[in-house]
Amino acid sequence: MSILGNRVLRREDPKFLTVGGTYVGDLPLEGALHVTFVRSTAAHARIESVDVEGARSAPGVVAVYTDADIDAGPVAPMGFLNQAMKRSFLADGVVRYVGEPVIAIVAESREAGADAAELVVIEYEPLPVVVDPEAAVSSETMIFEGADTNVPFELQFPEDPALFDDCEVVVRQRIVNQRVAPCPLEARAAAAEMVEGRLRFFASTQGAHGVKETLVAQLGLAPEDVHVISPDVGGGFGAKGSVYTEELVVGWCARALGRPVRWSETRSDSMVGLGHGRGQVQNVTIGGTRAGQITAYRLNVLQDSGAYADIGAVLPFMTRQMAPGVYAIPKVECSTRSILTNTVPTVAYRGAGRPEATAALERVVDCFAAEIGLDPAQVRRRNLIQADAFPYTTAVGTKYDSGDYLRAFELALENAGYDDLRAEQARRREAGSSDRSVKQIGIGISSYVEITAPIAGGEFGAVEVRPDGKVIVRTGTSPHGQGHATAWSMIVADAMGVALEDIEVIHGDTDIVPRGGGTGGSRSLQLGGTAVNQAAGEVVDRARELAADLLEADPADIVLDKAGGRFHVAGTPSISRSWRELGAASIERDGVPLQAEADFEYPGATFPFGTHVSVVEVDIETGQVRLLRHISVDDAGKIMNPLLAEGQVHGGIAQGVAQALLEEFRYDAGGNPLTANLADYSFISAVELPSFETAFTETPTPLNTLGVKGIGEAGTIGSTPAVHNAVCDALAHLGVRHVDMPATPERVWEAIQSAGGSPTESDTETATGATGPGPGA
Amino acid sequence: MIPASFEYVRAESLDEALALLVEHGDEVKLLAGGHSLLPLMKLRLATPSVLVDIGRIDELKYVRDEGDVVAIGALTTHHDLARNALLSRHVPVLAHVAGQVGDPQVRHRGTIGGSIAHGDAASDLPAVVLALGGTYVVAGPKGRREIPASEFHLGFLETALEPDEALTEIRVGKWGEGGWGFEKLTKRAQDWAIVGVVAVRREVPDGAGAGAVAAGSGIGVALVNMASVPVRAASTETALADGASIADAAALADADCDPAADVNASVEYRRHLARVLVRRALEQASR
Ligand SMILES: Cc1cc2nc3c(=O)[nH]c(=O)nc-3n(C[C@H](O)[C@H](O)[C@H](O)COP(=O)(O)OP(=O)(O)OC[C@H]3O[C@@H](n4cnc5c(N)ncnc54)[C@H](O)[C@@H]3O)c2cc1C
Repeated sequence: MSILGNRVLRREDPKFLTVGGTYVGDLPLEGALHVTFVRSTAAHARIESVDVEGARSAPGVVAVYTDADIDAGPVAPMGFLNQAMKRSFLADGVVRYVGEPVIAIVAESREAGADAAELVVIEYEPLPVVVDPEAAVSSETMIFEGADTNVPFELQFPEDPALFDDCEVVVRQRIVNQRVAPCPLEARAAAAEMVEGRLRFFASTQGAHGVKETLVAQLGLAPEDVHVISPDVGGGFGAKGSVYTEELVVGWCARALGRPVRWSETRSDSMVGLGHGRGQVQNVTIGGTRAGQITAYRLNVLQDSGAYADIGAVLPFMTRQMAPGVYAIPKVECSTRSILTNTVPTVAYRGAGRPEATAALERVVDCFAAEIGLDPAQVRRRNLIQADAFPYTTAVGTKYDSGDYLRAFELALENAGYDDLRAEQARRREAGSSDRSVKQIGIGISSYVEITAPIAGGEFGAVEVRPDGKVIVRTGTSPHGQGHATAWSMIVADAMGVALEDIEVIHGDTDIVPRGGGTGGSRSLQLGGTAVNQAAGEVVDRARELAADLLEADPADIVLDKAGGRFHVAGTPSISRSWRELGAASIERDGVPLQAEADFEYPGATFPFGTHVSVVEVDIETGQVRLLRHISVDDAGKIMNPLLAEGQVHGGIAQGVAQALLEEFRYDAGGNPLTANLADYSFISAVELPSFETAFTETPTPLNTLGVKGIGEAGTIGSTPAVHNAVCDALAHLGVRHVDMPATPERVWEAIQSAGGSPTESDTETATGATGPGPGA
Repeated sequence: MIPASFEYVRAESLDEALALLVEHGDEVKLLAGGHSLLPLMKLRLATPSVLVDIGRIDELKYVRDEGDVVAIGALTTHHDLARNALLSRHVPVLAHVAGQVGDPQVRHRGTIGGSIAHGDAASDLPAVVLALGGTYVVAGPKGRREIPASEFHLGFLETALEPDEALTEIRVGKWGEGGWGFEKLTKRAQDWAIVGVVAVRREVPDGAGAGAVAAGSGIGVALVNMASVPVRAASTETALADGASIADAAALADADCDPAADVNASVEYRRHLARVLVRRALEQASR
């Protein structure tokens, strides 16, 4: 029986639960200096003067650098972004957001660095501050003077003025998908040292190879002179897929000073320095028939990119790709524009562009259902892409590999007990009509499809059988909580018939693993896992030939007994060779290890999907929302290990709920962060969450031999709109049509107040004949 | 997140702590549980040059039956208050609210004395003592004095404590008959109250001792985070004394305070919450 599909316990956990991991900050780098960054306190200003003399002569300070001291940079944005928006390692005369690094102090201790930082005097001449992305569009303030625009990237398509002409009903909604802080438990950290003329760089990253490439490019080094290692990483959520200028400074300092250098940021720094996620303003229009058929959809995205053109500026590309979601909508338009503001740059955050697409669509599907007076479940059921339609190409040209949306949808409703929930809701509404203290419940549905492994690129995997029988797996993926050591071991155990305990998985060391795309976009299992599977298969083939030689038989007659991990001639199990014997024989006889390397070629993206149902309880008098239940059905193809998959779903749901109900990174109009610590920023905790009711359906993808898709981000993508819809649903009978996220007590209360308890005037039109409504905003 | 450097001294007794306060003058801060002070120091919003750790002074950790009054040592932790049988019997509202402070880590380190001496109007326990009409005992070079709870908090992080004084004891009258209610609206379980309300309804039984009679009968309503100090909802209290219904009295809950806006709530929302939560707390108290 195959081990695949079983709840194998995480092989990583004994270490984490006993002695703990080894993070960059734990590395015993002897004599290492500490870098402290002095960060901008102004959101947009010209640096008039900088006085670092006090800091330079402070106790324990070894060096103080401004950008002028650094003979590297600036960093150009990705090729298709506006190239005038370059970013220097440290602020180059203009600061563009609060938290931007201006000065680097290198000191004998972290404490000495913090003390010296107090002595730096920077005079700023304020420039006009732009925080609101919508205001930024027409602002005359240029965040990059030389660029003549605040738009680093856009995908503008001509609008068809007749898009909604044949619709009986058209609904519009402006939706804010707020900025959130990724908050990995391990904040950013890096360390660097020169070893025999090479730069050895320790990174808390989602991909050591990407860090290496960036260091090579930005520090002007030869690839062979850079060695990047990522030890244990305490979470990334996409935000550690970017290489930050602070990391470049750390590498630069190690070379400049010839001493080991390290940096571990504080939480306060991380809140304003690590990029933020989301940050879209969406204008959405949906149209269809009174019977509930959706026939046209338009999504216009304004992406807040923050002050520099980082990956966040590009993510609307993926929002566009996923705009039509799970529905067979004949006409879809989506244009996007990214805009700079005086805030920390936006980066990838769990879902990265796709949750925003689902959030927009799923919210307006509910608005559409409300408008025509149909149950939102009924509208979804009517419009889901049918199982026999795959592979399916959407109106925006995205090709979905496989799916059975209706199956997951019906299972989710069944697991939720949807009809009973609606009955309970009706009872509460009835009771609440005379007593406002009766808590109301809301039921929200979200059906999603997302794109995993969205960025073209294959993955490396290697398997080697050592003479002692141990199996070494090398992978180009970069786990930071996902459990690759467990999953990759299962794949190898299944392919080769070796015990899990005999398998070791190595990742995140560019000297040992030659190539790798890292972990992000839920790509790892489908690409990295498949590469390992491929390599394991090749090792089995080689071992078979070797065994055939040793047993003086034809390779075609040799079978692998996976239960015992031995090769023998078919029908003669008593004479056999074990993996250990073959590993040793390969070295002794041929002088080469028994191993295979594989590069799994990128087969295209896969499209996991599912339906989440959420039940919330709302205190109408205070606006407080409590999540009562969250029911998920996710389909990520074959499930390799339900325990790991559930873990991903659980974490994803928690973060998704947090966005729907609690989290929002806020700046005031002057660009000052208002939520820059975990007391003010409402990072969710277990107390706010019920036990999740998770389930899977399995619709394999044809794109890899394992039949797997990604599950890392699906939980976040599916959950947020379900919770959001549930909150709006709970308030619908009071005349509330929409509440933006996060549905904090105050915001919910305000929505109820302004609805006045009776149906609001909605921004909805009922089309009449050919004159129809004009294009959406 | 790295405090400025400071000197650390551990006091073994109250007398030693008081002597250290005198010795170091303005530069010194007492350290109890550290859950309010250390975060400020890490952000360098507080930069004392000497910390006197009073956390191990066992003589200030107690809950004592003193006849009509329950006396609580300033260094008693929230956790110990929540679990204390004597307190649960005689002043159940205080035990209950102590169990609602922050999260388990905070309750295991944070002390009632620190909570009161810190003077943050978002703290829960000062409002409870205020509603109960309790008193604070402070000690200093000039000896010991008692300050009524209503006169202790003067402004944001500002109290009637002199720099050379320590809070040593909290005194609250025993319960007698009556009821109480506590309402606290937070975004997350571990958060400080956006608005909190303590309502106590006390009936002094016939033949009660002088202490209980002094604490008085009637209704006390105090608000958390509705002003720069913990405040009583005086108009609500008066209305109830004059026979108003709970609903009518609760509508006056915010009449006597001047709340601030912050990331969690506008002034208007805070006022609304005070009215709703006072009504709920009074309903609980009258059950
Ligand atoms: C995450 C978190 C959540 C929290 N949530 C809540 C909450 O929901 N409700 C709530 O009420 N509180 C909350 N708190 C605060 C908590 O109750 C603190 O522990 C308490 O306010 C301070 O007590 P402490 O013993 O830690 O005082 P410390 O931090 O040690 O001291 C605070 C101040 O009081 C002074 N001080 C301490 N003891 C004395 C004394 N005996 N005499 C004179 N001065 C003294 C100190 O010098 C200092 O200025 C929370 C704290 C945290 C960290």
